[in-house]
Amino acid sequence: MPSARHPNPRSALRAEPAIRYPSRLAEFWRAFAQNRGAVAGLALVGMLVTLALVADVVAPHSPIEQFRDFELLPPFWHAGGNLRFPLGTDAVGRDILSRLIHGTRLSLLIGATSVAISLTLGCVLGLCAGYFRGVTDTAIMRLMDVMLALPSLLLAIAVVAILGPGLINAMYAIAIVLLPHYVRLTRAAVIAEAGREYVTSSRIAGAGALRLMFATILPNCAAPLIVQATLGFSNAILDAAALGFLGLGAQPPTPEWGAMLASALEFIQRAPWVVTSPGLAILVTVLAFNLTGDGLRDALDPKLRRSAA
Amino acid sequence: MLRFVLRRLALIVPTFIGVTLLAFALIHLIPGDPVENVSGERGMDPARRARLLHEFGLDRPLAVQYASYVGQVLRGDLGHSLTTHDSVAAEFLTLFPATVELAFFALAFALVIGVPAGVLAAVKRNTIADYAVMGVSLTGYSMPIFWWALLLILFFSVQLGWTPVSGRIAVAYDVPAVTGFMLIDTLRAGDPAAFRSALSHLVLPTIVLGTIPLAVIARMTRSAMLEVLREDYVRAARAKGLPRWRVIVVHALRNALIPVVTVVGLQVGLLLSGAILTETIFSWPGVGNWLIHGVQSRDYPVVQGGILLIAAIVIAVNLVVDMLYGVVNPRIRHA
Repeated sequence: MPSARHPNPRSALRAEPAIRYPSRLAEFWRAFAQNRGAVAGLALVGMLVTLALVADVVAPHSPIEQFRDFELLPPFWHAGGNLRFPLGTDAVGRDILSRLIHGTRLSLLIGATSVAISLTLGCVLGLCAGYFRGVTDTAIMRLMDVMLALPSLLLAIAVVAILGPGLINAMYAIAIVLLPHYVRLTRAAVIAEAGREYVTSSRIAGAGALRLMFATILPNCAAPLIVQATLGFSNAILDAAALGFLGLGAQPPTPEWGAMLASALEFIQRAPWVVTSPGLAILVTVLAFNLTGDGLRDALDPKLRRSAA
Repeated sequence: MLRFVLRRLALIVPTFIGVTLLAFALIHLIPGDPVENVSGERGMDPARRARLLHEFGLDRPLAVQYASYVGQVLRGDLGHSLTTHDSVAAEFLTLFPATVELAFFALAFALVIGVPAGVLAAVKRNTIADYAVMGVSLTGYSMPIFWWALLLILFFSVQLGWTPVSGRIAVAYDVPAVTGFMLIDTLRAGDPAAFRSALSHLVLPTIVLGTIPLAVIARMTRSAMLEVLREDYVRAARAKGLPRWRVIVVHALRNALIPVVTVVGLQVGLLLSGAILTETIFSWPGVGNWLIHGVQSRDYPVVQGGILLIAAIVIAVNLVVDMLYGVVNPRIRHA
């Protein structure tokens, strides 16, 4: 108990009404908002999410309806364009704008699903490896080494070769590809945290292994995982588009951006706009997530800034 | 140093076993009848099926099959393609130089532009030049390279007609493949026109494949340079009156390049991933293109062998990078 002559400096501060400590969220936002690119990226992500949610309302046409009288129509600012189809139509007369808007929903869904699967699995495996060490650790980490030995797209292709092409299988494939990164991050963070006093005191207080792993340690490893998950979104969207482009992901007539590009290849000379717009959509979305992820990294964990690559 | 090398070598053994398990599992996990998959025939009668099962050794226990598979792999036998009936290993070796040639130029392109750009961004920190380099590199890093390839083809090949659309060399030239590296082979053949043709075919694929490594290298060089420029020895070098450029190039860059070299080594996986897409778009006759054809035509021996060989290459290159890093940085060696 602090004596009257040497009052606890913290309680003295707390008693002073003039000093207000910012909340953790406000503190984070201050750091995040310093990076203008990150704010722009986050705003863009917000817009894309909104667009995905209201795709049915916003899209002027159905993404798979074929207007056979309007095949390969150019965008409205070109000669022969029609405002009914602002970004033109594809080879079978589908409205490109509507397909792009619905593609936003698909891409974000692919990103969210694959990241959620691999983040969950990665946390559990990483926690087990870092907490139990020994044989468990070796087994899990050697498996991850094998997965990392394969170039990411090749691993995804191998998984799709086993499961068969398709949108859902592409999501599984991407989740598997992303997995080693989360396992490694979680394991490293767990090993760093497991020796800290708060974990020891929690253990002495009688917390069991599960409680220690998930309730005590995991929340303190969140920062690098949040950053990695955001960047994982952009990887997932890029890889899904690449698989779609190679004909191994979403199948026609699904309005997935990569698959749209692949089906537009033969018309690249006659109608370049069928190729430019889906690629631009991929680029903008991936860029938005990368900007946000970079900003999160700087704001959440200044130590990570060095490895900004 | 020897102990370090041996320890690293011992570590890759389990990884390699894992990769062979994965490649082995591939054939057994693919949907459909394994005999029909391996033989490429559909709906055969039971007698022929049993004979083929026996012939392929698929009636033996899994562990025995795996052991014999590993034995075959160690002897360099990766089976035969279902479409061409050629040896998978031989096909890979024929096509691999084309991929290496492309990857080499892509990496060189990325280094030659990426390192100076990163240095410029670090030295001119928070100026227009810095923002421009970082903006371009973030865009490059986010680029769907298959689309980037199409844009470049559209502009340089279709609109301007400067570069060929696809392939490795114009069909008019018949150059004997001695080394498999088109530029070397055309030089050996003493045919400057063929050499120019090969070079012009290389331009766009190089840019496409080099784009993402370029972005990564520029960002990495910038952050490493920023770190080093704060060091006391840099200030000391300036204080003793050395010209600014000399301090930047000789004192700072040399030390900043250590992390960059590591990153370059780790680009191999990225390059091979990118090579799959780049080769497919430009019809570049390399292993990436070959593998995608294998997947699309359900040529499982090709897929299995290709995955195994590419993984082995990535493991080997990572090992070499690790060892070089140990040579450059003694702290790693003794850790």
